[in-house]
Amino acid sequence: MKPRRIQTPLSEKDVRKLRVGQFVLINGYILTARDRIHRFLFEERPDRREIPFELEGAVIYHCGPVLRETDENYRFVVGGPTTSARMEPYEWFLIKHYGIRGIIGKGGMGENTLKAMKEEGCVYFHTLSGCAALLADRIREIQGPWKEEFGLPEAMWLLYVEDLPALITMDSEGNSLHRKIRETSDKALRRLLKR
Amino acid sequence: MDLETGIFELYRKVATSLPPDVEEALRGALKRERGRARYFLEVILENIRIARAKTLPLCQDTGIPIFFVEAPPGISEQRIREAITRATRRATQEIPLRPNAVEPVTNTNSDDNTGREFPIIYFRSSQKNNLRIDLLLKGGGSENVSQIYKLPEESLGAGRDLDGVRRCVLDAINRAQGRGCPPYVVGVAVGGSVDQVSLLGKRLLLRRLDEETEAGLSEFETRLLRDINSLGIGPFGLGGKTTALAAHFDYAHRHPATYIVAVTISCWAHRRGRLIWR
Repeated sequence: MKPRRIQTPLSEKDVRKLRVGQFVLINGYILTARDRIHRFLFEERPDRREIPFELEGAVIYHCGPVLRETDENYRFVVGGPTTSARMEPYEWFLIKHYGIRGIIGKGGMGENTLKAMKEEGCVYFHTLSGCAALLADRIREIQGPWKEEFGLPEAMWLLYVEDLPALITMDSEGNSLHRKIRETSDKALRRLLKR
Repeated sequence: MDLETGIFELYRKVATSLPPDVEEALRGALKRERGRARYFLEVILENIRIARAKTLPLCQDTGIPIFFVEAPPGISEQRIREAITRATRRATQEIPLRPNAVEPVTNTNSDDNTGREFPIIYFRSSQKNNLRIDLLLKGGGSENVSQIYKLPEESLGAGRDLDGVRRCVLDAINRAQGRGCPPYVVGVAVGGSVDQVSLLGKRLLLRRLDEETEAGLSEFETRLLRDINSLGIGPFGLGGKTTALAAHFDYAHRHPATYIVAVTISCWAHRRGRLIWR
């Protein structure tokens, strides 16, 4: 389980090499985006120039952090992943339109996202569910927010991360560990429900 | 110490540490797992250690605060409510907690974790001379995967008996997969009305994981846990033998026409705590 160190932003070539089952350590900048940012980007389709961060090649993080307000800005307190499935209606569009190359979250995503990942070159990084205190150690710097009016947890923040651990669970070849586990549990369920 | 400070300290304890029985159950699960699942359990235990040592929230989702108050005669509900509100604002600033109270018509965050019916507070009168306050910090991810069933449910072959209840529980967990942060703690309640079983299921989450259940129901709980854990969903939903740490069951008398099942799910970061106020 020796992890592979990767550096953001990611190119299509970088992403196409990554496969389900690999452990990685993510380095560089990532952008938080959760429910409201996803819906906003999907519905309003703002021009890239209106967005203060570079989305092309970016890795987004499904995360609403805990922050502490300081005199000048905010300090990152803790932040683990939120449930990615809620972003399923919008994610394919973010991948196709804004050129997102990686998604960090928990719980995995569905077939529309997987299809967009295959077509454009993008992967899903499953990080450590609920482990916000441990992950906080890997965040070096925070900038932002963009869209503060969505509330602090829902705004977009830029984070510089060092060795953020994750397991690749969906890749650009159309493989999904989540689909595989669902198939296994569906089978077990049928057995358990047999009279 | 005044009541507000007592509740504030309760918030701090519950947001930054887990009860010993939950940690013990996670540690116990290590023995069953190997490979990836074992590694994820080790990471969870490490996260618990860091949060406690640094007094940091275990999880960035510091949840919906749900209070279960048992008050002796003569203590005003209003006074307790006000103390909770003040303690909530202070906890949000000082621990800090994530501001999670969002007004759903305009989707505006109140920024201080208070709002209409937020935190959630349930009152019950008590004959004891102590005021007892239980706090659950209930994460949104696991709340979203909780389910209500009305039996009979043909698609699951679920009739109006405990086997039907078992079928609902397995369906709910299978649908949840890893989205609510397993290993889960599961509260299963049967009764005649939706509001009542939802609340009964929530109250079950206050039980210690190693608590003895009333005679006649513990075999059913053991069966539920064993079946849930043979689904193979595992820690984080990435495969393994530990999909749940405990399954608790309770019931209320129902109506002849209704047989309603609540499957209430909590994440591994099962944050609960109790304040006894003398």
